[in-house]
Amino acid sequence: MSTLTLWLAVAGAGAITFVLRLSFIALLGRIEIPIVLSRALRFVPAAVFTAVVVPLLFYVDGALEVSLGNERLLAGLAAALFAWRTRSVPLTLVGGMLVLWTLQILGQSL
Amino acid sequence: MAAVPLLSAGASITVVLLTVLVINLRLTLYSASLAPHFRRIPAGWKGLLAYLLTDQAYAATITPFDDGETEEPDKRWYFLGVALAIWVTWQAATLLGVFVGSWASEGWSLDFVLPLIFIAAVVPAIKDRTTGAASLSAGVAALFCVALPLNFGLISAALVGVIGGLATEMILGRSRP
Repeated sequence: MSTLTLWLAVAGAGAITFVLRLSFIALLGRIEIPIVLSRALRFVPAAVFTAVVVPLLFYVDGALEVSLGNERLLAGLAAALFAWRTRSVPLTLVGGMLVLWTLQILGQSL
Repeated sequence: MAAVPLLSAGASITVVLLTVLVINLRLTLYSASLAPHFRRIPAGWKGLLAYLLTDQAYAATITPFDDGETEEPDKRWYFLGVALAIWVTWQAATLLGVFVGSWASEGWSLDFVLPLIFIAAVVPAIKDRTTGAASLSAGVAALFCVALPLNFGLISAALVGVIGGLATEMILGRSRP
């Protein structure tokens, strides 16, 4: 891919994501959204964040891996527990990384 | 970020842009979800806030907004403060990555921070049985949607989650406003 095409791709990607982000923020106030849609919006955070996380934890190298050998899944579950108990983002990040590293070290020594 | 491996693999610009479009459709959901909170602000503000809208900025602001902890006139400033801080950190960290990224080893699994950030965001977003059902149905759908082409899995699973939440709400009756 030439340098020019690369810059075009970057500029295009930037323009696309900006339009997506602006979409409803700009429209609302001019149009009213249906009631069912506004009720649906309450579920967006829980649904989107889960949809992002699940494949990152359950899939290893493109294959579904639900076992005690899946360190990322175990560390992710531990992090969810930290997040629930502490409600702290830094503690969740540090705790999750520490659990992952511990599991990886244990996995190597077995 | 999903576009980076495609670019290095020499995919065509159409495939790259299509992938960017599909994977970022979730930003439309963020935009719709924030829109009621930014209903009465000037167009310039809307442009600025949309430009700064990232996963993390959304995650950090939507829970206090939806819980009604912030008054409407303050929301734009609240969002600007959070989003600008994240944007500056993002740019600085990207520069840092360019210069010292090769020094950080893959063995450190630093990429695991990405799911951890979303885990820290999803837990406070699950507030009751209906939002729990939204999360559960999105999660189950995500397991099956991974194989969809062009990263359509993410937005499909997210929409299944939203529908799951709505359906549960109808079955249980509205638990909390």
